Amino acid sequence: MRILTVVKQVPDSNATIKVKGDGSGIETAGLKTVCDPFDEFGVELAVQTREKRSDVDEVVVICLGDDSASGVLRTALAMGADRAIHVNDPKFESMNELFDAWVLAEAIKKDEKGFDLIVCGKHNIDLDSGAVGPALAEFLNVPHVGAVQGLEIADDGSSLTARRRIEGAEEVVECSMPALLTIEKGLVEPRYPSLPNLMKAKKKPVEVLTSADISDADASTAGTDLVSISPPPPRPECKMIEGEPEEMARELVKLLREEAKVV
Amino acid sequence: MEPVDPYDFFRFRDNLTEDERQVQDTVARFVDDRVLPTIAEYFERDEFPRELIQEIAELGLLGCNLEGYGCGGLNHVCYGLTCMELERGDSGIRSFVSVQGSLCMWPIHTYGTEDQKQRWLPGMAKGELIGCFGLTEPDGGSDPGTMKTFAKKDGDDWVINGAKMWITNGCLADVAIVWAETDDGVRGFLVEKGMSGYSTREIKRKFSLRASVTSELFFENVRVPDANRLPEAKGLAGPLGCLTQARFGICWGVIGPAIACFREALEYSKVRVLFGSPLSHKQAIQLRLAEMSRQITMAQLLALQLGRMKDDKVMHHTQVSMAKWNNCRMAIDLCREARDLLGASGITVEFSPIRHMLNLESVITYEGTETIHQLAVARELTGAAAF
Ligand SMILES: Cc1cc2nc3c(=O)[nH]c(=O)nc-3n(C[C@H](O)[C@H](O)[C@H](O)COP(=O)(O)OP(=O)(O)OC[C@H]3O[C@@H](n4cnc5c(N)ncnc54)[C@H](O)[C@@H]3O)c2cc1C
Repeated sequence: MRILTVVKQVPDSNATIKVKGDGSGIETAGLKTVCDPFDEFGVELAVQTREKRSDVDEVVVICLGDDSASGVLRTALAMGADRAIHVNDPKFESMNELFDAWVLAEAIKKDEKGFDLIVCGKHNIDLDSGAVGPALAEFLNVPHVGAVQGLEIADDGSSLTARRRIEGAEEVVECSMPALLTIEKGLVEPRYPSLPNLMKAKKKPVEVLTSADISDADASTAGTDLVSISPPPPRPECKMIEGEPEEMARELVKLLREEAKVV
Repeated sequence: MEPVDPYDFFRFRDNLTEDERQVQDTVARFVDDRVLPTIAEYFERDEFPRELIQEIAELGLLGCNLEGYGCGGLNHVCYGLTCMELERGDSGIRSFVSVQGSLCMWPIHTYGTEDQKQRWLPGMAKGELIGCFGLTEPDGGSDPGTMKTFAKKDGDDWVINGAKMWITNGCLADVAIVWAETDDGVRGFLVEKGMSGYSTREIKRKFSLRASVTSELFFENVRVPDANRLPEAKGLAGPLGCLTQARFGICWGVIGPAIACFREALEYSKVRVLFGSPLSHKQAIQLRLAEMSRQITMAQLLALQLGRMKDDKVMHHTQVSMAKWNNCRMAIDLCREARDLLGASGITVEFSPIRHMLNLESVITYEGTETIHQLAVARELTGAAAF
């Protein structure tokens, strides 16, 4: 069995995000980045699956991103992936997750042996569309189960049973393999890569693919386009009401009626 | 131009290799996730968080800058960075790692026999075996040359009598590296837990380094085979060599609490509105914040240069003395300043300055007090020892 895990470099969730003046994206200079936490669940799941089963030949990690994304690949390699594919070309820089999925699919198709299981995070914490996993499954023509919280893979590796929580119930989904799963929080707890493994990760192979390797990068059929992004509007100033309780209540009702016009 | 990072004013991180940055980030994350959420409670309860030992070991932090025997083989700058991040959590956690790696594994690695290395180092790297380092005695830690603990040769064995005090990890330890006077000068011995006549007692009522175990060690006719002596350690240079290793880690470590306190003070000053404007807009506060930033910047650059010298094998122990003096002084003053800036909030362990400033009272004292390091630097300058 061969497992592929997809990772993305995203801004740290504690970082302050600044939108570029022209709305084309966010300022990346000096921005602290990390491996997407949901993607990390995927890496952990892949590594644990290999630890539990004797039939996993290889765990491969793939990332679409610029040079700086090599750090997240290294983390995944240190967590236990065997080798990495880094899809890195200025042509592929986009804010369009469907296009990203298309590029990833083309890169994955170049691997002759193919993969039995592909895992992604449920969504990425940066763009949050949740589209990469399902779109990638579509482009690769494999079944997809989303937001998986429980997983059993059949002993012969030909099918899997996944559990996912839906409003008020749990779904149990059976699926033939190869398949693509997106992982929800709670299925696994990602390990910290040990420092010696971080060093060993440097020696693991990283294959770099550019637009020259991916035929006809303009042929993407991504149907959406991210037009612009803008920061949320600043919070309106807060008005403090002072005085005796009755006065304050009267004033509040008056403001709700006359200024906010909500009652 | 990119804005300047207030916590890395002189782009110290740019001078780190990608390896070093990854090491720092990994340990930083561990500290954020696993240490910071609970450390104040441990400090309050006067308890060392034992369950972290296994996790720290799995990360590869124990003896991480030693080669072979299950150790990490990282460079010294990486070791410094791990100390800095751990101590940003708490000086007690960093002390645990310093004692295990620099004061116990290092002497076995440097002065020990092949058998001793095989027997102890892999288990110590895994955190399954814990060490402590017994040099200080009740009568004067600054002057170890006058130690009273004595090891008398008796056939193939040694018989040790005496006591050690203020020993980090003492009650936890499976093995104590004990320095004792002999007829041939100071020698180092591996005293094992359970050896007849060897006992320990925890020192309580500390107001500093509360999340760390500090103990007394007692030796009453403890019979130790010669195979437990560190053959390559001769004279006071033996323990002093260990101290240089651990002090190196402290020079880096204390930058951690300084940054933690500076961050809290800076953030607090921006949201605390008094007399109609945030504290951060007041000239007197600005001077203090700017000074904190300047102090951290100097300490970072000093530590990095020290680390590069150590990796290049040209570091002199008085350079470590100067850096320990400078950086501990910087850290303790800065944490006290931050405590003051937070007003009354600064006296509770809900915020970190009081915990860090209390911890640093130990850190500025152990491994050579500030005065001792000043005198060591001056001895180098003048050629005259004025201790
Ligand atoms: C929490 C904690 C953990 C510790 N862990 C360990 C450990 O694991 N192993 C270990 O061996 N030790 C340990 N120590 C002991 C520590 O190293 C000693 O406390 C330190 O060396 C100082 O010794 P002392 O306390 O006896 O002070 P003293 O040596 O008695 O010094 C008292 C004061 O006199 C000053 N002074 C000393 N000599 C001179 C001089 N010539 N001129 C002017 N002033 C001078 C000192 O600077 C100090 O201010 C620990 C201490 C603490 C607090």
